[in-house]
Amino acid sequence: MNDAFDIRNMESHIEVHKFRGGAIVGATLLALMFQAFVPVYFAKAAMIDLPLLITIYFGLSRRNPSTGLLLGMVIGLLQDSLSGPTVPLGLYGIAKTVIGYLASSIGARLDTEHPAARFALTIIFFGLHQGIVLLTRRILLAQSSVWFTMHLAAAAVVNAIVAVFLFALLDHLRKS
Amino acid sequence: MPGIPSRHKSIFLLTGVVLLQVLLLALQIKRDSEGRLIRVWTVGAFSPFERAGNHGIGHLRETWRHYFALQNASRENEQLRRENDELKMQVNQLQSKAIEADRLALLLNFHKSHENVPMLGARVIATSAGTASATIMLDRGSKDHIKKNMGVITPEGVVGKVVEVYDNTSEVLLLTDKDSGVGAMLGNSRVQSPVGGAGEPLLVMKYVANDDTVNIGERVVTSGMDKIFPRDLPIGTITDIKPGNPFKSIRIRPSANLERLEEVIVLLTLQPLQMNQETETGKPSASVASEPIGETAKSPASAAATAKPGSAKLAPAKPAPATGSPAPVPASTDAAAVKPE
Repeated sequence: MNDAFDIRNMESHIEVHKFRGGAIVGATLLALMFQAFVPVYFAKAAMIDLPLLITIYFGLSRRNPSTGLLLGMVIGLLQDSLSGPTVPLGLYGIAKTVIGYLASSIGARLDTEHPAARFALTIIFFGLHQGIVLLTRRILLAQSSVWFTMHLAAAAVVNAIVAVFLFALLDHLRKS
Repeated sequence: MPGIPSRHKSIFLLTGVVLLQVLLLALQIKRDSEGRLIRVWTVGAFSPFERAGNHGIGHLRETWRHYFALQNASRENEQLRRENDELKMQVNQLQSKAIEADRLALLLNFHKSHENVPMLGARVIATSAGTASATIMLDRGSKDHIKKNMGVITPEGVVGKVVEVYDNTSEVLLLTDKDSGVGAMLGNSRVQSPVGGAGEPLLVMKYVANDDTVNIGERVVTSGMDKIFPRDLPIGTITDIKPGNPFKSIRIRPSANLERLEEVIVLLTLQPLQMNQETETGKPSASVASEPIGETAKSPASAAATAKPGSAKLAPAKPAPATGSPAPVPASTDAAAVKPE
């Protein structure tokens, strides 16, 4: 169980990582707690979407679309639950399900261990996540929302920077 | 979480999970109309199909109804035709009853306007069996106090007189019968002369001198001298005047439609009737004369009439007998000689 193994074919040599027991659950809960409580004291911390980063990381690492989307769904629904009554259950759930699926799918094809790749993928996934949330708001909930702001762009960059360091930290939870 | 190696399975799983969460969203959200979003979506999703289905089913139903479900059309058509015939018959009956009601209303009005004259409404139940006579049979008889020589009229005019009475029926000799006659006078000049039937629809006024002015369209009314009908009851209108020697030949169209009588009024008195003032409709009203017969004959009009030879026979003090035989007409020369100016 501690060994890395090839997922698609032996020629690609892309590893599927296993994590220590409780690592995924603990990281998810910590991310959600951070997301819920830290902005209370540091308002700027609200632009960091730690649950999204956790979804991206474990999706890229596990490289299994099914588990990635299910993890994204769980994290998203939990985030919805903690976001107050104005956010319906499923808003982030849908977005993170899709992100989990895409991260797992991409992680199975590309080497996502390099910090630059992680930075770029995080920016892309952050944008996709925001896009899905906006589409959900507009189409399903009939709520108006802007597509792009500088704040979102800055948030994407900040999250990408945080992701580079966070992902490196989470790498230590892998089974070696 | 191994166990789902298939890539296609993951796509299906993604789709399913997203849809589940969309449904979850729909269950929570309320629109401005306070309706759950799931309801809005459901209605929005199903309504096009419902409309399309309704449209399609409507077309199918119309097609079926108009092209395939015609098995019973012929039967229904026949049934409807029968119902239509029955309804037409009912309409005719109702129209007939309405006309009858109008006639009866006319009789009733006439009766109300002459309340002091004893009269009885009767229905014509038969006519003469042959063309040799012009009579009608009424549904009233001696049990209804009808007697011979009683006058029979309609609100339009004189009809004739009772010539035979049975228990429950009575027979009336119409004015158009060649043996019938009634004391009459011209409406304008008041020239008196009996009017009788000629066995045809028009009546004849025979004893008007050539010197008298008579106009086509002039009214002819009863003179009251026959002691059957009150004065000034309409008899008819002059339609044709021919000079003769020494009397004009005057033809009169009866005021009453003697060819189509259905209800009539029988004047239930053998006493001479005296005219009161004319009613608003121009129709005369009559009453039983309060004065004796002899005194009635002394009135100016009566005097003029009695001065006419034979007029006493034409209008006897007693009601004329049931006449298959008409009252005798005066000799033409005498009538001309004694006719008052």
